[in-house]
Amino acid sequence: MSAPTTTRLTSLVPMPAGAGLARMLVERNITSFRHGWVALVTGFAEPVFYLFSLGIGIGALVQTVTTDSGAEVSYPQFVAPALLAASAMNGAVFDSTFNVFFKLRYAKLYDAVLATPMGPRDIAVGEIAWSLIRGGLYSAAFLVVALLAGAVGSWWAVLALPAAVFIGFAFAALGMFATTFMKSWVHFDYITLAIQPMFLFSATFFPLSTYPEALQWVVRVTPLYHGVALERALMLGEVGWGVLAHVGYLVVLGAIGVVGTARRLEKLLLS
Amino acid sequence: MVLGSVATVTEDETLLSATGLTKTFGDFTAVDGIDFAVRKGECFGFLGPNGAGKSSTMRMVGCVSPVTSGELRLFGLDPARHGPAIRARLGSCPQRDTLDEELTVEENLWVYGRYFGLSRKEVRTRAAELLDFAQLTDRAGDKVEPLSGGMKRRLTIARSLINSPEILLLDEPTTGLDPQARHVLWDRLFRLKRSGVTLVLTTHYMDEAEQLCDRLVVMDHGRIVAEGSPRSLIDEYSTREVLELRFDAEDHQDVAEQVTGIGERVEVLPDRLLVYADDGDQAAAVVHSRGIEPLSALVRRATLEDVFLHLTGRTLVD
Ligand SMILES: Nc1ncnc2c1ncn2[C@@H]1O[C@H](COP(=O)(O)OP(=O)(O)O)[C@@H](O)[C@H]1O
Ligand SMILES: [Mg+2]
Repeated sequence: MSAPTTTRLTSLVPMPAGAGLARMLVERNITSFRHGWVALVTGFAEPVFYLFSLGIGIGALVQTVTTDSGAEVSYPQFVAPALLAASAMNGAVFDSTFNVFFKLRYAKLYDAVLATPMGPRDIAVGEIAWSLIRGGLYSAAFLVVALLAGAVGSWWAVLALPAAVFIGFAFAALGMFATTFMKSWVHFDYITLAIQPMFLFSATFFPLSTYPEALQWVVRVTPLYHGVALERALMLGEVGWGVLAHVGYLVVLGAIGVVGTARRLEKLLLS
Repeated sequence: MVLGSVATVTEDETLLSATGLTKTFGDFTAVDGIDFAVRKGECFGFLGPNGAGKSSTMRMVGCVSPVTSGELRLFGLDPARHGPAIRARLGSCPQRDTLDEELTVEENLWVYGRYFGLSRKEVRTRAAELLDFAQLTDRAGDKVEPLSGGMKRRLTIARSLINSPEILLLDEPTTGLDPQARHVLWDRLFRLKRSGVTLVLTTHYMDEAEQLCDRLVVMDHGRIVAEGSPRSLIDEYSTREVLELRFDAEDHQDVAEQVTGIGERVEVLPDRLLVYADDGDQAAAVVHSRGIEPLSALVRRATLEDVFLHLTGRTLVD
């Protein structure tokens, strides 16, 4: 059993209680989703549209791109990994902010859940896991399309899917944590304010080397940059130890998000 | 049977007890050191006006709000240390429905049962029984949102029974429902009580408390001001009957002295006088013989409303 490890971990980081029933919240979300599968389709369509409009449009103007590691690749090959990372981010953020906010403040879903043996930790883990499942589906579909479009250059790309799950984890956990501080829909403008520059400037559409030196350093500390770099390394087959640093960065962010979310939920709902 | 086999009731087995139970929000004290105990199989009530601290008490009992001070025990366990284990044995109907509006009626029951870790098979069988109990079988596949208030409340109660709880907590179960829906709900609650579930409910309706509760406490400003069965409370704090007099007066305080000495006691409300007497008709005759001419004179039996009025000087519902 994992009980002793759990005890040790919780004594290091104060983490609110759970009953190990987080999967029941995932099940609830699947049940609910069966009534609204259209949302699933839109989440998938967006990055695919980007791939075709940018990949084919800009790809016609730009013959090849020199990546930060010095390789020459076609523009669709260059941009596809970034779009995968960005869609993992967008999917995770959408689910963990808008959807969670509604459940938290309006539907009172978590009030009902907390009257059962489930605890704040189950809610944090369950909702974030759900974001990952949903995000994972989008990413898988996107990868297939990218493969068919000839935008995948290496067998390492099979790891692009788990990598997308790490990206989703970091953003879902941080997004949900941020959502617990929000009091009205107006506050979502802050999320957009954080997401949009990241989407545009995380070496998404151009190699990092094209940015001014100072900006490069700013970009390097933002989470999406690590997601993009990770996906690009895998999909172009430029794999080195740096990959693990990216993964580590994303996992740490996600863990902070999970613990933070559980503690905020406890403070908000178990008053 | 909805509740399956009922364990043999040991006499006077206390399932829930509180001593000096206190809840503060900042420097505001919502529950101010209350003591009570609930025995297995009884229906125990908290009667009090809005803001008395009923919901705050129920949330502590439901293990979703930490106790500020004092001692609270459910099944002999401390909520601070055994919250999930206690909640597994409770059913909880909060004051405001928290049904899952993205799901259908039956999905609400299934999913809620899963939150308790019950197997899929188990929740399906139980959900079918509970839909029948809540008279919602023909709405099983419908969305929750268009249901009437009474139906939603019945669904909430059905949902709270999915884990076959030993104690069912009901925070203002019929507030906001029309009289007919209230009676349907009361009937369901009677059935539950008969099948052996311990009920703990709050209400600001004295008729609800009288109908359902074996024992109750009267709460006001976070304190318990009286405790007993509805009958014993009325016997202790009121006369058997009440004579209600309405006058053609701006302020009934002005006409109050005309009736001094009649009955045991007179309460003055803005729109009427209440004369407390064991024989209301006789008191009415005395009023008449003094030549006093009220617009209307009505004799009725004393209720918990009179108890509350006597204890606090205020009416329950304003
Ligand atoms: N979370 C809270 N924060 C601050 N004050 C609260 C909170 N919950 C309840 N109160 C206050 O505590 C008092 C008792 O409330 P409540 O327990 O809901 O009473 P009742 O259910 O009897 O109407 C009220 O004055 C209410 O405003
Ligand atoms: Mg209340």
